[in-house]
Amino acid sequence: MLAPDSVGRTFDGADSISVSQSEIDAFAAVIGETDTSIAPPTFTIRISLDQFQNILTQPEIGLDWSRLVHGDQKFEIFAPVKAGDSLSCSATIESYRVAAGNEIVSVRSDLHRGAEIVVSSWSTLVVRA
Amino acid sequence: MTPHIEVGFAIPERVVLIDRKMLKAYADASGDQNPIHQNEEFALSVGLPNVIAHGMLTMALVGKYVTDWSGGTTSVKEFGARFIKPVIVPADKKVDLTINGTVTEVSGDQIKLDLVATSAGIKVLGMAKAVVVKK
Repeated sequence: MLAPDSVGRTFDGADSISVSQSEIDAFAAVIGETDTSIAPPTFTIRISLDQFQNILTQPEIGLDWSRLVHGDQKFEIFAPVKAGDSLSCSATIESYRVAAGNEIVSVRSDLHRGAEIVVSSWSTLVVRA
Repeated sequence: MTPHIEVGFAIPERVVLIDRKMLKAYADASGDQNPIHQNEEFALSVGLPNVIAHGMLTMALVGKYVTDWSGGTTSVKEFGARFIKPVIVPADKKVDLTINGTVTEVSGDQIKLDLVATSAGIKVLGMAKAVVVKK
């Protein structure tokens, strides 16, 4: 169960996540994208899910990552992500409910490059009963 | 000059083929190594019909369909979808991801799209929408 006092709170994740050209190249290759000068629109899920796992599974928050499925996903892209970027990530638990024993957590990630916001994304994560 | 885009415009359908090799490549590229996307025995043991594609792979492929139409990666401002059914990927088979898109709103330079993705005739994404600025 998720700690009730974590809902509505924002947690800081890593503050210097570096984006490499090889990561963009590998992601682009899977979907057949040949322009690798910037990252494909969903590339940052790679960062957000990793950060969510680090943050939300901390004992004081208590999400069970092993039974997790991804319910939905939305991105708002303010600026392109490129190789050489150093990004910080925060995670905000926007809502939490339990339905038929499943835990349903909505969490937002905000990726910043310095003071500039580059991508906000919303993930609904479902911990199956 | 960009031709005028009207509400109701249908982007030509695209069929992308997905196989286990693509799932492995996406697992490595995304960092999502959940065994339900690679290991048939494990997938069956947790009640799935077979290995399933990452929802985010499906979404990435739909994203490519959108950016090919809208003029590249920088054209996407918003993109969202719900993962309603899995794309089932048996060994040694290529399964389809069939993608369609329709313009639902044109407001200034922003174009809203409704997107539909099916595999084996079953709708796999719900509420799939994007906002693009066509280049």
